[in-house]
Amino acid sequence: MVINGIEIRKFATFVEEIFHEGGPVAATPLKVGAIAAVVRNPFAGRYVPEIAQLMEQLRPLGLEMSTRLAQALTGGDLSRIEGFGKGAIVGSAGELEHGALWHVPGGYAMRDLLGKAKAIVPSTKKVGPVGARLDVPVTHINASYVRGHFNAMEVGVSDAPRADEMVLVLVMTTGGRVHDRVGGLRASEVKGEDGLR
Amino acid sequence: MRARIRKLATIVDETHVEMGRDVSPPTRRAAAVAVIANPFAGRYEGDLEELMAIGEELGDLLGRRAVAALGIAPGQAESYGKAAIVGEGGELEHAAAILHPRLGKPLRAAVEKGAALVPSAKKMGGPGAPIDVPLGHKDAAYVRSHFDAMEVRLGDSPRAGEILVAVVVTDSGRPSPRIGGLTTDQVEGKDGLR
Repeated sequence: MVINGIEIRKFATFVEEIFHEGGPVAATPLKVGAIAAVVRNPFAGRYVPEIAQLMEQLRPLGLEMSTRLAQALTGGDLSRIEGFGKGAIVGSAGELEHGALWHVPGGYAMRDLLGKAKAIVPSTKKVGPVGARLDVPVTHINASYVRGHFNAMEVGVSDAPRADEMVLVLVMTTGGRVHDRVGGLRASEVKGEDGLR
Repeated sequence: MRARIRKLATIVDETHVEMGRDVSPPTRRAAAVAVIANPFAGRYEGDLEELMAIGEELGDLLGRRAVAALGIAPGQAESYGKAAIVGEGGELEHAAAILHPRLGKPLRAAVEKGAALVPSAKKMGGPGAPIDVPLGHKDAAYVRSHFDAMEVRLGDSPRAGEILVAVVVTDSGRPSPRIGGLTTDQVEGKDGLR
């Protein structure tokens, strides 16, 4: 599959539905989902000084992944998406900076799709072998300091990234941690003006 | 110490070459890690105050150890992050209790200032589990050259009744940043974002 010149070998979608974690069963189960795209790294194997143009080229893929993930998580009901995060694993013939190209297209795709998401999208990245796992941080979509929504999801694809590939990841959640009880700013108290509180 | 620490570890990674090009001075990231007994392993406990107090202690201890490992003055620290892996006898919320309520303040003291949110990650895991500690600039979260992560793991931790807690501090951004965005010389450092 090719989207705007980006060659995609595979998509993988993961959804966890969490009922409890040893405590009271949640009235509404928490859903945590991820989508990974395995794409060819056009810069693998050599140092390419000018790479920033790929950020623009990746935007349609970001939108496609955001849409697929929201569909898998809530059947496309965007109002139920409360947390997000993103990340990238670069195959061994690439460099860390290639993973950084995902910041803008991955982040803005989710923020645009979710309407007025104000918060920075937390992220992580690394160079890794086939089967490498990535812990993708998650925060509230409108206020980074909502304590109950600080979370992370471990994501990986067993046959990727090959040396000349990248695994690009988006994560969304439908709520905070299932037994959230360490205080701090609540989702119900969010002002939603500065993206922080 | 309230925390019952089984071991402490420090990992410093220095990148001298990236994609065949010299990185000078090398970019450096230091992880300070503590493996502690989980006082609530094996049962559901409603009040997590003890873990919050432990978080405060570890913010100070690990923040200072990471800065010391880099051999820098606190003000020279540029980015930071934090993470925890809870052994199978505990629950995810135990990581939250350590990381979020009180760990940040002493960590910020250890790196001077720190207007920005401390990026974090958490998960359940067994011995040898890796965790990718997300990193962001300490005074301005949108500094694009400092978005990064450091993978941390200890072969024997966490056991079922333990929690692994990691703090990462750097004195630099990625080795070869060239994707634009906010740069360190543009930082105002007031709102924690820009």
